Amino acid sequence: MADVISYREAVAEGIAREMRRDPAVVCLGEDIGAAGGVFKTTVGLRAEFGPGRVWDTPISEQAIVGAAMGAAMTGMRPVAEIMFSDFLACCWDYLANEIPKVRYMTGGQVTVPLVVRTANGGGLGFGAQHSQATENWAFTVPGLKIAAPATPADVIGMMAAAIRSDDPVVFFEHKGLLATKGEPPPPDHVVELGHAAVVREGADVTLVALASMVPVALKAADVLAGEGIGAEVVDLRCLVPLDMSTVLASLGRTSRLVTVEENPYQGGWGATLVSVVADEGFALLDAPVRRVAGECVPLPFADVLEEEVIPTVDKVVAAVRGLAAY
Amino acid sequence: MDPAELLAAYEQMTIIRRTEKAAHDLFLQGLVKGTTHLAAGHEAIAVGASAALRPGDYVFATYRGHHHAMARGATPEECLAELMSRATGLCRAKGGSMHLTKASTGMLGSYAIVGAHLPMAAGAAWSAKLRGTEQIAVAFFGDGATNIGAFHEALNLAAVWKLPVLFVCENNLYMEYTPIADVTAVPRPAADRAPAYGIPGEVVDGNDVVAVQEAVARLAGRARAGDGPALLEAQTYRHFGHSRADPAAYRPAEEVERWLKHDPLDLARGRLAELGVPEAVVTEAAERATSLVHKAVEAAKAGPEPDPREAMTDVWADGGAAWRT
Repeated sequence: MADVISYREAVAEGIAREMRRDPAVVCLGEDIGAAGGVFKTTVGLRAEFGPGRVWDTPISEQAIVGAAMGAAMTGMRPVAEIMFSDFLACCWDYLANEIPKVRYMTGGQVTVPLVVRTANGGGLGFGAQHSQATENWAFTVPGLKIAAPATPADVIGMMAAAIRSDDPVVFFEHKGLLATKGEPPPPDHVVELGHAAVVREGADVTLVALASMVPVALKAADVLAGEGIGAEVVDLRCLVPLDMSTVLASLGRTSRLVTVEENPYQGGWGATLVSVVADEGFALLDAPVRRVAGECVPLPFADVLEEEVIPTVDKVVAAVRGLAAY
Repeated sequence: MDPAELLAAYEQMTIIRRTEKAAHDLFLQGLVKGTTHLAAGHEAIAVGASAALRPGDYVFATYRGHHHAMARGATPEECLAELMSRATGLCRAKGGSMHLTKASTGMLGSYAIVGAHLPMAAGAAWSAKLRGTEQIAVAFFGDGATNIGAFHEALNLAAVWKLPVLFVCENNLYMEYTPIADVTAVPRPAADRAPAYGIPGEVVDGNDVVAVQEAVARLAGRARAGDGPALLEAQTYRHFGHSRADPAAYRPAEEVERWLKHDPLDLARGRLAELGVPEAVVTEAAERATSLVHKAVEAAKAGPEPDPREAMTDVWADGGAAWRT
């Protein structure tokens, strides 16, 4: 393998590793075959595994996810692609009503081991219907596991965990990270779902971030370090299971908390996270919590407008400065 | 069907009819909560289709699915216990009337979002094709589902992927409370859509268990041979309203009378007589069914309520429900 791998290559590599080890893993989605995916995240899969395991579908999101569900219930481990996460709304019945409920409402009779992969988030100027960060939609539904990796190594490790999971996983691949590069992980690299990573240590404030917001938080931490403020950055990696123990442990070291979310403030995952901190970690806090999140508007088109709406390094730095002085 | 098979089908239909009547009565006694969507009148479709299927085949049903669950191996006691919220219920009282499921027999669930299970059935058929088994999948659905997007997406996918799946429409003439003809662009809501997907679309008398068995056997054989999906529109009628709160007063008396005279149990009895099965033998089968359901009601009533802690199990494959570490 090459010395470095891009996030987009890591998606295909992560899937390929699982397809090699388990013949029950099959892929389906729009343009994923010979075309290699509109984001080139499935390049090489059709060539290696053939049309019998990598299936192009019509533009039929309900059929894609519904068929994946039926296949998962009957012995396969399907990996379904929904091209842009905005389009999850087209098959929301399956994500909100069918997949996450069937195990429960059948009294545990049925298992649905599937992965729904989707390209999430803004930053690329795709406009309001192709740019949303929608992981918070899935976060409102009991019964879905939610993965949102920030690095190529985590893409591969978390893809392995997601595909091997006996539970349904919605796997958010961030469009803004596709071109980023990192070290390729060793063979059989698995990152268990529900384990956050402390990706930078610091003593003054904890920044909790997800996916595209992890590099934003890291850059903010660099700026803050120049001002003598030590920011610890926690990459949440997953929303379900939510690793509150790592967050609370970090807060025990720093006593200040900022969540950095791309999704809109209203109903964002940070609200749940800080409510758990209020319930269980209030005594750890020396300052109010702050949430840096997307504005409650559809994502606009122009760069200057998009930057106004989603969190930036400057916005994170400003929020932390206010807290450090508290 | 030979006489023995037809007698067994008649007995099974009678068990289902008696169970539905019991569910209705238990509801009036306050022992069944929520709602029920009874399938009295539709028995020949579930039983006829099942008679044409193999044990390993997959079945997906709707919220009106008691008959399919029982035709595919769920006992009246399990079903009634589920309706009465007992721990001994088919889904351990977590599903209820609209979600009867018996995965061990391939009865992969009853789904209460109209049309949602059609893509799932296509997926189960896809899985069978991928694994190289000779299984097929069957999705039973109502006429109302034919106007849902998932119906069309499932048909197209099944057709282009040539999946071994049968889509069986139970056309009981009413989309809940509204005549299907008032809200549908074609006269035969399922069969008339089949040509748009390049697959066979057939109509069958859904109250004639033999006709259903023959049609499903033929289309299932085709699917097993790799010739792809088909649509079967089985015309039938509900004896009760849409759900428990519906007295079905919107249906013309003449129409109701005509259909009640075309009862699946009576039709089966007529066919048994034609085959020379003595009436006493048929009556005995009916009495066995009545007795079985009577015992099932008593046994289901005696079942314990679920442990409240069960509310926090079965979300995840490890049996738990924890969303955080």
